[in-house]
Amino acid sequence: MRARILSVLLVLLLIGLPFLTQAMDQTAFLSLATRILVYGIAAASLNFVLGYGGMVSFGHAAFFGIGGYVVGILYQHHDTETLLWGFLPGTNQMLITLPLAVLVSGLAAAAIGALSLRTGGVQFIMITLAFAQMLFFLFVSLKTYGGEDGIIVRRTNELPFLNMRDKTVLYWVVLAIALTFFFGLRRLIRSSFGTVISGIRQNERRMAALGVPVYRYKLYAFMLSGTGAGLAGALMVNVLRFASPDMMHWTKSGELMIMVILGGVGTLLGPFLGAGVFLMLESWLASLSEHWPLAMGLILLALVLGSRGGIMALLGRIGGRG
Amino acid sequence: MSAILKIDNLVKRFGGLTATDHVSLEVMPHEIHALIGPNGAGKSTLINQLCGELRSNAGTIHLAGRDVTNLSVPDRVALGLGRTFQITSLLDEVTVRENIGMAVQVREGGNFRIWDAARRRHAVWVETDALLVPSQLADRAEIRVADLSHGEKKQLELLVAMAMRPQLLLLDEPMAGLGHLESQQMIGLLRRVREDAAILLVEHDMEAVFALADRVSVLVYGRIIAQGRVEEIRNDPAVREAYLGAEDELC
Repeated sequence: MRARILSVLLVLLLIGLPFLTQAMDQTAFLSLATRILVYGIAAASLNFVLGYGGMVSFGHAAFFGIGGYVVGILYQHHDTETLLWGFLPGTNQMLITLPLAVLVSGLAAAAIGALSLRTGGVQFIMITLAFAQMLFFLFVSLKTYGGEDGIIVRRTNELPFLNMRDKTVLYWVVLAIALTFFFGLRRLIRSSFGTVISGIRQNERRMAALGVPVYRYKLYAFMLSGTGAGLAGALMVNVLRFASPDMMHWTKSGELMIMVILGGVGTLLGPFLGAGVFLMLESWLASLSEHWPLAMGLILLALVLGSRGGIMALLGRIGGRG
Repeated sequence: MSAILKIDNLVKRFGGLTATDHVSLEVMPHEIHALIGPNGAGKSTLINQLCGELRSNAGTIHLAGRDVTNLSVPDRVALGLGRTFQITSLLDEVTVRENIGMAVQVREGGNFRIWDAARRRHAVWVETDALLVPSQLADRAEIRVADLSHGEKKQLELLVAMAMRPQLLLLDEPMAGLGHLESQQMIGLLRRVREDAAILLVEHDMEAVFALADRVSVLVYGRIIAQGRVEEIRNDPAVREAYLGAEDELC
């Protein structure tokens, strides 16, 4: 009951956030909050395979980047009024770009997953990393789409009846998508499929002995997770109005993983909290010193070691005592 | 009456070691066929070949008349094969009830559904409780498996296997590590299980083997050296020599 009240309050706070930032004259914080929501979606997607499925993917930036590039490439063709592969027109309509980004990143995840999931453990980590780096270098060499400079998207994708150039409107759109995603994910985790995936993490051999074709289930989970990361990437390009190969760099995969571990592996809310703490720390420290990564590293180390199980575990202990 | 399980000249080699050396045996419906043998005889290897975790080098395995020699573990399960593990292998993070529920849920299928709620699959939980309530684990239903005693985990292994409704159960040392009383309970439990499924029982506890088995196969160095009814095996001089060494009498 207390958890329900808390979550309603949290949702209300998030909806009302633009008024708060305006009243406190902190409009920059709203764009940070938008990025936190987007990274939260990406981290939560990673957490579905990593925390619930036990597949430590070190290449989720690939799907994040692919989702982003779908938006970027469609925008470029729309802007220059050229055809993609000679027959596909570009578009700047979010109702088309987002579902397409989800679809393409899902297909990419199915392909990469089909090969990677034949391995396990450390090999799986390395092979997902290798695939993501391959895509990174592919997009660096794609001069048509800006090479390493990426694609500048001058206008955020449009939605009917909404002024997407207004930062506040964009925030609410991202928030609506993030909330829908969150409740969808919660449903997924409690579904028949979600419980089987969690069983596979706990004991793959046992699940096989029960008659579960483990590979197919893991592949499906990996694909679903890829679509989530792709959705986040597509939103990110809309928020930053920029798509670049850096979205696929292995350091991005690492950042997503840090957010998951920081927030709490295998928890629903954890990745969102992890993304929040990570990005707020980053922007605060970067404003203090150019040597901020050192301080960031030390703080993260202390947080992860000190909380034993991430922010969610820490909150749980505080809640348990209070 | 045709055999539920029929193994013909099964071979498994690990490098130069022949762990399973042309083993043939049959398990008839409702029969308990015990597989005994000293440590390192290759009993667990044979079990793993039968359930599909290990590929055989030669020979065939027929399950209820179908050749399953080259089928995967889940495919064999679909044809009615269930097993328990020598070292218990369960879902440690969830409760006793959820472990049984998972077995029922997997058997019922429909597990690619991402938009239902596993807790609301009424038929699954009704069947789970029908298995759990009359069992000795009834009052441990909501305990996490990691917090169970060894004996309780052994019982749960068997309940999970039963929830799969197998035609043939491969039991890998169900008595291992159990106290005297727990062993007696397990024997009672297996007597009831045999009414629903044929059993291939790998066991060290001779008292249990002689109490339960219809037929016995003796495996030594991967080879079956004797096969027959309990009384025949008990008095077979070769078995005594190989299996019991200097001891005078079995059991």
